[in-house]
Amino acid sequence: MSEKKLTKSDLFWVFVRSNFLQGSWNYERMQALGYCFGILPAIVRLYSGEERKQALKRHLEFYNTQPFVTAPVLGVNLAMEEQKANGAEIEDSSINAVKVGLMGPLAGVGDPIFWGTLRPVTAALGAGLAMAGSILGPIVFFVMFNLVRLAVRWYGLIYGYRAGLSLIQEVGGGGLKKLTEGASILGLFVMGALVAKWTNMNVPLVVSKVGEKATTVQDILNQLLPNLLPLGLTFLCIYLLKRNMSPLTILLGLFVLGIFGFWTGILA
Amino acid sequence: MVTTALLVAFVGFLAGIESVLDEFQFHRPLIACTLTGLVMGDVTTGIIIGGTLEMMALGWMNIGAAQSPDTAIASILSTALVIGAQLSMPVAIALAIPLAAAGQLLTVLVRTICVFFQHLADKYAEEDNIRGIDFSHLAALCVQGLRVAIPAFLIAYYADAAVVKSLLQSIPPVITGGLQVAGGFIVVVGYAMVINMMKANYLMPFFFIGFVIAAFLNVNLVGIGIIGVCIALIYLKISYPQVEE
Repeated sequence: MSEKKLTKSDLFWVFVRSNFLQGSWNYERMQALGYCFGILPAIVRLYSGEERKQALKRHLEFYNTQPFVTAPVLGVNLAMEEQKANGAEIEDSSINAVKVGLMGPLAGVGDPIFWGTLRPVTAALGAGLAMAGSILGPIVFFVMFNLVRLAVRWYGLIYGYRAGLSLIQEVGGGGLKKLTEGASILGLFVMGALVAKWTNMNVPLVVSKVGEKATTVQDILNQLLPNLLPLGLTFLCIYLLKRNMSPLTILLGLFVLGIFGFWTGILA
Repeated sequence: MVTTALLVAFVGFLAGIESVLDEFQFHRPLIACTLTGLVMGDVTTGIIIGGTLEMMALGWMNIGAAQSPDTAIASILSTALVIGAQLSMPVAIALAIPLAAAGQLLTVLVRTICVFFQHLADKYAEEDNIRGIDFSHLAALCVQGLRVAIPAFLIAYYADAAVVKSLLQSIPPVITGGLQVAGGFIVVVGYAMVINMMKANYLMPFFFIGFVIAAFLNVNLVGIGIIGVCIALIYLKISYPQVEE
């Protein structure tokens, strides 16, 4: 069996497509379809038949991060897929765990750098020129921002690909189980943190009022465990998914819950 | 008139897809207003509105699952109102804020509609249909484009500020408020799907450690990542002591 290998042109097309990462951003799996859309040229190169179906399905799982820092994640995933296609024992869940484990921390780095620094700085520079009516304003902003962005996307992809290859070859053999387990731990750990950090549920119902100081249900819940409600909701979702309820139904249910909660004043 | 409106709609389409992609930045006022001014024949006015709006919108950004006010719709509609309906610039810019809020609501709606395309892609993956997956993704992107292109066309064609105002006021607050509340916790569905996929119940303690650390300590995501990597390494060292060295 000849070795299946990604070509430079595959990497290039993954790079081009990755510019459309957020095109189908949705509340169920966020950038999942965009990620699959991006990695598609590599999947088509490496797999066929049943294996390709499985590959497509595993890249349609939940994914979300600051879009530009997806580049190194894609790179590492490309390296893993290439090895898997050549017969290395890499689990689907391991490939996904790498995505999930990296996406949170990378967003943590990417958000302040790109949304917090690069864009406000270049945009303020451009806006200053534009308010005086100069066409240079929008041009300066557009060129500076996109040069940095495209460089991050291309070199990040190449860097991740090389790092991924050396990582897999180093651990080799039984070490792959370690990689899988380690990635799963990181993934679950980050998921737990995201439930606490990226969710927001507030019950403003007042329980008691002493003078000016009102105590709400949320205050009591916070004393127990902050973000207890989203945690409970997460487990409710896990339970419903295990019972084969469609994610779409759950999603609609949550929207109804939000509107009902807002209407009755239970949630804010 | 129709040609101009169509050109504005095209700029709107470009800005609409960018307001979700967030890559080339065609949705930022600096670019969107300039392009709208260009196609409406008054590029200088477009640039000045763009600069002014850009300063106001400097901190608006999409982070995590949070959607920022829609700069695309605000930029294009306010520029069209100044150049087309001869609205004064301060009024148009004041109008841009509720427009951005309404646009945000529309974006949330489309992002919900896109769940449908996600499921369509699942179906195509099952059938090993590569073109189908491309189609699902790009069709969703087009819906995001139309989200801005259609209002942009209507405003550029009819250009009436009063109509815009009354339209915005007709959305019941219980819907807008409710969707905002739901937006706060709707993401747990995605998390639940990831956890289900991992199929590693014996590793769930690490989920709880992550939750408790983030809930009680003020650690940012970089810190969370470092702690996570360290915990994973320690676990591996303990589980497979003989493999090392």
